[in-house]
Amino acid sequence: MSSLAATIQGVFNEPGCAKNKNKSEAERKKGCTKQLEPGGAAGGCAFDGAKIALQPLTDVAHLVHGPIACEGNSWDNRGARSSGSNIWRTGFTTDINETDVVFGGEKRLYKAIKEIIEKYDPPAIFVYQTCVPAMIGDDINAVCKAAKEKFGKPVIPINAPGFVGSKNLGNKLAGEAILEHVIGTEEPEYTTPYDINIIGEYNLSGELWQVKPLLDELGIRILSCISGDGKYREVASSHRARAAMMVCSKAMINVARKMEERYGIPFFEGSFYGIQDSSGSLREIARLLIERGAPEELMARTEAVIAREEARAWAAIAKYKPRFEGKKVLLITGGVKSWSVVAALQEAGLELVGTSVKKSTKEDKERIKELMGQDAHMIDDMAPRQMYKMLKDAKADIMLSGGKSQFVALKAAMPWLDINQERQHAYMGYVGMVKLVEEIDKALFNPMWEQLRQPAPWEKAGESWQARAIAQEAAAAAVLAADPVLAEKARRARKICNCKSVDLGTIEDAIQAYGLTTVEAVRERTNATGGCGACSVRVEDILAAMGVPADSAPMLVAAE
Amino acid sequence: MATVTIGKKACAINPLKMSQPIGGAFAFMGLRGAMPLLHGSQGCTSFGLTLFVRHFKEAVPLQTTAMSEVATVLGGYENVEQAILNIYNKTKPEIIGICSTGVTETKGDDVEGYIKLIRDKHPQLASFPLVYVSTPDFKDAFQDGWEKTVARMIEALVDKPKSLLRRDPARVNVLPGCHLTPGDLDELRTIIEDFGLEPSFLPDLAGSLDGHIPEEFTPTTIGGIGVEEVATMGYASWTIAIGAQMRRAAEAMEKKAGTPFKLFERLCGLAPNDEFIMFLSEISGRPVPSKYRRLRGQLADAMLDAHFHIGGRKLAIGAEPDLLFDLSGMLHEMGATVTVAVTTTQSPVLERIKTGEVLIGDLEDLENLAKARDCDLLITHSHGRQAADRLKIPFYRAGFPMFDRLGAGHQLSVGYRGTRDLIFDIANLIIADHEQNHQPTPDTWRSDADGHRGIGHAATTH
Repeated sequence: MSSLAATIQGVFNEPGCAKNKNKSEAERKKGCTKQLEPGGAAGGCAFDGAKIALQPLTDVAHLVHGPIACEGNSWDNRGARSSGSNIWRTGFTTDINETDVVFGGEKRLYKAIKEIIEKYDPPAIFVYQTCVPAMIGDDINAVCKAAKEKFGKPVIPINAPGFVGSKNLGNKLAGEAILEHVIGTEEPEYTTPYDINIIGEYNLSGELWQVKPLLDELGIRILSCISGDGKYREVASSHRARAAMMVCSKAMINVARKMEERYGIPFFEGSFYGIQDSSGSLREIARLLIERGAPEELMARTEAVIAREEARAWAAIAKYKPRFEGKKVLLITGGVKSWSVVAALQEAGLELVGTSVKKSTKEDKERIKELMGQDAHMIDDMAPRQMYKMLKDAKADIMLSGGKSQFVALKAAMPWLDINQERQHAYMGYVGMVKLVEEIDKALFNPMWEQLRQPAPWEKAGESWQARAIAQEAAAAAVLAADPVLAEKARRARKICNCKSVDLGTIEDAIQAYGLTTVEAVRERTNATGGCGACSVRVEDILAAMGVPADSAPMLVAAE
Repeated sequence: MATVTIGKKACAINPLKMSQPIGGAFAFMGLRGAMPLLHGSQGCTSFGLTLFVRHFKEAVPLQTTAMSEVATVLGGYENVEQAILNIYNKTKPEIIGICSTGVTETKGDDVEGYIKLIRDKHPQLASFPLVYVSTPDFKDAFQDGWEKTVARMIEALVDKPKSLLRRDPARVNVLPGCHLTPGDLDELRTIIEDFGLEPSFLPDLAGSLDGHIPEEFTPTTIGGIGVEEVATMGYASWTIAIGAQMRRAAEAMEKKAGTPFKLFERLCGLAPNDEFIMFLSEISGRPVPSKYRRLRGQLADAMLDAHFHIGGRKLAIGAEPDLLFDLSGMLHEMGATVTVAVTTTQSPVLERIKTGEVLIGDLEDLENLAKARDCDLLITHSHGRQAADRLKIPFYRAGFPMFDRLGAGHQLSVGYRGTRDLIFDIANLIIADHEQNHQPTPDTWRSDADGHRGIGHAATTH
């Protein structure tokens, strides 16, 4: 386990992560695992994260070493798509029992690997460690090594038992495993000056295939996609790519950066969500390839494709403009976190409420991402009736979000569109953005809503559940207004900074007492925002609400 | 008599089984204002939660003690305490139901002891309903978790009746197995009420996971049986247990309150429902309402119409013991041959399944045996979809989880009406498969050189 501890520490020191760079030495040591709150947490574990990151590799047998819960409760639940093998969708688990817990599960694991090779003969087996075998000391590294030698086939240990941390940490540990055991272990059949890696793209709903035709047209070859619709051999030989694109999230930053360090493959962080981001990413791919020796003319061809695709997409979206006149979208997402989704929605004539955009510098984009991320957390913490009131207050016509907020939105007869990872539709690239607009149109103008919004004929005005929800919220607010003791208690109970556990009352008092005007000053006094930093937006809001002229000039203001 | 075989593979492939903590949590979801809490790593909860949300398409309450590696090694007292306090303060539940997991059982956390300490330390929790069930992942299956949890609920929440003279002749307890859907429970409620009886369902998923729009928005369960009603279940005149898994709970009720029980191992099919209806008539002292005489006729007619299609089918079925026993029994009675039966865990009903061998195994076993034995009807939960694609035989989804079709919560199997509709659904699948894949061609009956018939069978229509 000591090597696992070292790997985790290495991940926390990741220099490619902007968040880490801004932390002090001591903060970095603690790592970026958010303090999980018992009874108030809802995320996946590190094993979940590792599996999410690697399972889209389609020809690999993914074997989970643990009790039935880890695989039995979760297999074949991802929306990634494969153009070839289906072995990645097969659930393999050692399903360890009480005897294994007492005597150790290594023998069973070894036998399981043998059975898989005999029955399925995959090009590689990934073995995922889970909590129980980690506790009883099963050494999966040793078992994998022995199996590899015996069967002459890559057997890769993925050491990310659930209890070491969050899903995000699991993503990174998965990255470390393929860096250590897979990447660079094979050679591609041939290489071209147009070979790229796409890192951190999972081909959910087959969305990679919305972009791949454009790359094909430009003669750009995806040498390896890590991991959507990927194959073991492609990842093993991905070190020969000329350039890499790291898709959006920070999930696999360690892979991109270390491949740059080890193999000299330059990378950029980009996204194919939205029209402008798609164009930007295509340009960036062309630029990096040219830098690495591809012919200059690639850029002109890329620009031509971009111009054609943009024109088509905008023309397709323009049709919706008159229909969307005056319609409002409440966008709450931790999923498709791209600024250019916002831009495309605005281009289609939709008005965004809840978050609004005034400028569009690069920093703004970052801020919007952050803000939306916060909202997504906020909405998960919300009592459903508060959420209902928010929907009413926002006067939105449709809500775009992910996660469990959908059920409240739908039950509040609010059109809703899934833009999280379980979504049915693919929204990537130019065609994807048009698809998104089409789906919004379908949801908005469904005639069903009108009937659903009518109360049941036997219901009296003011007696519907909707009216009651609003009334309860109002009553709760009135109680607070009338009772200073209770209000004080509520103020103390409302956590603003989860990492450092700082409440609203403490922050407000500090601002008042010391005349604080900046987020930095609040951090010095109260420690708030001193952890992951994601709550700086909330602190800014508090400063603004208390009439402090915001000197860091927030570029975003709440619409309401 | 079927022989029960336990699979010998080291590697389970395409698991049929799910873990018992989430079976336990599922039982708690049938209580009103409940927050089920898994004592384990946060992944234990999030996997289960995703499964329930995808099955029911509803917000589902389920929390975690979020055990880290360090907490696991040191023991989880603080996590349990903090989780209970957080849930108690934030969501204002009426009950918190705690299930252990593999992680905390491997360490050996004494959660009952923790709860005592927590009650002592926090007076507001002194008499608050906290029910704990031990459900390690590395033992047993989903159904066992449900079974243990319902029995624990009765031990912990039902009051011992003060006087047996106060037993209410109209009240009956219903203890449904986890193989029944919210729709099944609503159907049973209607039937029982039609005899003038007042049923209390424990657990009552029909109140919480039937998809209704709640009167009050709450982060806990939005309905189900209230703790105060559970407390008075000892005054009922009868307990009706459905599925052999509920024997333990029914016996716990009998022990606690002296309530006699009647166990119905099956409620799908004509004969099991005749027995059920006559029992209700007997305990209520009422004649069978004419509605049920009509429904019985309709079921009989459905059986007549469908036996042409279901009769002679070779069924491959994978399900937890009670569902397996119920569905395979009904289809056997309709003339199907139970050719392959795979299940998840031990149960006394297994050896009475109308087949040669029942295998405790996985969906790979089910698929391979179905292929080897040339089955032409597949029944299992949604994870059977890949096998069905490869086998190219009609696939009826039954059991938990059903995440790739709508209406999982309302699929019926109980009662005359439920059986009637189920028979139609299965027969229609078979008819559609026949139309699409088995139309006769000029070569269907032609013999090849070796005298084998049907050389052009099926392939010509693909």
